[in-house]
Amino acid sequence: MALFKKAFSKLAKGLSRTKSRFVGGLRSMLAGRQIDADLLDDLEATLIQADLGVAAATRICQDLQTAHKEKHIAKGEDVIDFLKTELKKYWPESDRSINFAESGLTVILVAGINGAGKTTSIAKLAWQFHQEGKKVILAACDTFRAAAVEQLSIWADRIGCEIIKSSGGDPAAVVFDACDAAVARKADVLLIDTAGRLHTQDNLMRELTKIRDVVARKIPDAPHEVLLVLDATTGQNAINQAKAFLDAIDVTGIFLAKLDGTAKGGIVVAIRNDVNLPVKFVGLGETYEDVEPFDPETFVEALFA
Amino acid sequence: MFESLTNKFNDVFRKMSGRGRISEDNIRESMREVRTALLEADVHYQVVKQFCDDVTQKALGTEVIQSLRPGELMVKIVHDELAALMGPVDTRIYYVSPPPTIIMMAGLQGSGKTTTCAKLANYLIKKGKNPLMVACDLQRPAAVDQLTIVGEQIGAEVFAVPGEKNPVKVARKAVTHAASTGRDVVIIDTAGRLHIDEDMMKQAEDIANAVNPHQIYLVCDSMTGQDAVNSAKEFNERLELDGVILTKFDSDARGGAALSVKAVTGKPIKFMGVGEKLDALEEFHAERMAGRILGMGDMVSLVEKAQEAFDEEEQAEMQAKMAKGKFTLVDFLKQMKQMQKMGPLKSILKLMPGMGANSEMLDMMKGDEFKGMEAIIHSMTPAERDDPSIIEASRRRRIARGSGTEPQDVSGLIKSFTQAAGMMKQMAGMGARERMGFAKQMASGGMGGMGGKVKQRSKRLTKKQRDKKRKGRKRR
Repeated sequence: MALFKKAFSKLAKGLSRTKSRFVGGLRSMLAGRQIDADLLDDLEATLIQADLGVAAATRICQDLQTAHKEKHIAKGEDVIDFLKTELKKYWPESDRSINFAESGLTVILVAGINGAGKTTSIAKLAWQFHQEGKKVILAACDTFRAAAVEQLSIWADRIGCEIIKSSGGDPAAVVFDACDAAVARKADVLLIDTAGRLHTQDNLMRELTKIRDVVARKIPDAPHEVLLVLDATTGQNAINQAKAFLDAIDVTGIFLAKLDGTAKGGIVVAIRNDVNLPVKFVGLGETYEDVEPFDPETFVEALFA
Repeated sequence: MFESLTNKFNDVFRKMSGRGRISEDNIRESMREVRTALLEADVHYQVVKQFCDDVTQKALGTEVIQSLRPGELMVKIVHDELAALMGPVDTRIYYVSPPPTIIMMAGLQGSGKTTTCAKLANYLIKKGKNPLMVACDLQRPAAVDQLTIVGEQIGAEVFAVPGEKNPVKVARKAVTHAASTGRDVVIIDTAGRLHIDEDMMKQAEDIANAVNPHQIYLVCDSMTGQDAVNSAKEFNERLELDGVILTKFDSDARGGAALSVKAVTGKPIKFMGVGEKLDALEEFHAERMAGRILGMGDMVSLVEKAQEAFDEEEQAEMQAKMAKGKFTLVDFLKQMKQMQKMGPLKSILKLMPGMGANSEMLDMMKGDEFKGMEAIIHSMTPAERDDPSIIEASRRRRIARGSGTEPQDVSGLIKSFTQAAGMMKQMAGMGARERMGFAKQMASGGMGGMGGKVKQRSKRLTKKQRDKKRKGRKRR
């Protein structure tokens, strides 16, 4: 319970600005109004400004209109509850937890575009697993960007976990070694950091597929989880990103980073709509403690409370 | 995604044709399409609203109503208005005397500040300057190392104070150091910060107050969504920006953030980052940006992409063949292989004018079309590859069987090859300048869909004009 409280307060804090703009606006906007075309327009505007995208916003508004016609809701005040229920439906409980291996090593591959926050997010995950008493090994496969390996090493030191790196330039080779090392050292979790790459760069996406293939060959059923790190400030392009990474490495979930700003991260609704990817974690700050499992209840509550 | 704007416009107006004049309602209806396009491109909601109102007013007063091609004219008006809003851009950096000119970078985490510092330094070195980069990102682990390494790569000195925790002190020392070592430009890299992080924003202000930068640039990710206005506004209020550098522009982001940021801050976009390499920094082009926001394709990017992927020597050889009309299926295959280096056909086609939006067709493509074509060509005899016109029904069946395709796929390939060969012959006969013109013509023609009309090069004179010309000659 205490843990939940902490999670709630942190997320609520991160979202507080969002909340005051979004809900303050939404509540006063809806109070004492009839559900008519004007209200739907205003609502659509609000949802679009939260980066839900035109399609998802239109869909929600249509659902609202239908609900109104069928007399499920009557006045403006009911809209918030309706939205809560609607949005929560997007994330059923079944797909929000990490898929751990039944026994032995769990491999988690992490990818994303440049500057999305992969390395920091990995530090957060590593810390969380470390706290749970698991033995964590990091694989520094971002061999491209200057000082990326150093960055991950510093995190590993701070958290107190092992890191596999190599002086060579081939990320697939690093992953090869890391898989061997993780098995030999009986690690519980292997977290693989990869170089940021734009989803439009075909050769780099193929390199990512190769990394995945190496992991799959070395360890049965691996990678158990493939996380796409997504910057919460990203707009509609995130859908293209999700599609491309899904094609290349069968992404299993999203790590929504940088949700502590004013950006609303509404794009995850559109992503759920378009490519059916769940959100698993949210990042809420710059230290490794600033991570929470994604909880739609809290997420939506914090948005509309 | 949406279909081509022009097509949608035309649909709206077609409904009205034959029924007299096009009404105000039609224009408003077509502006709904513009609105969707802009929102899909991540232009901020309020900015879109204002923009659409303005353009509607403008369109109502113009000849759109009388025009024979109202759809195309509407797109043109929207496009020009967008370009006008974002440009013209003065990308010159004004140097101060006595040096050094101080440039400060600021932005959110992960927007690309450190990389952009190096790109800018590299750009300045090419212009004959002698820049010093300053590592004031003391927040992120290994950020100083990163700047040091990229500094080495481009051959620019990096100023860092090991162990120092206060970026203000580093910045101050750096300026003194630059003045005493004859550096004429100082580029200050700062830590990424959230615009609502009071402590960090104060720190940025302190750095600015300590060294009085001559230019402060906001580094902004071109994929940013609706939140771009919030952060840009706050940065502008705290730091009085001089311009914006748009990064990760080599993605398929439509970059509406550019318009949003310009609209709320009034500050111009000066440069854009277009690749991972440290020379991938370009001056901002408002025209290109406008086309891209509207999903009209980006012919220039396509040409650039092609130049990157193609081997020059092979290209010259190929061109000679084309010019002689000796372009065979074997060459076609080679050409395709080179095109493959540019990425899947799907992503290339997206850059083509009129295609970016044509999602239905793109959705039908699986992304491995090249493979099928390759299989077909490999299933032909050398004689067939040299001259595909000898392929009749029986040969076609054999080839289809050999390549695991259908006979109509074979004839489809031959047909497109024949077309391509014809077009290439035409292109090969042109000079470089003409070819660019051809590409441009395709781009503007493409606004009306793929097979848009091509402007005639020479115009037939009327009888009156001919007479006039003759007279003029006589008088001389």
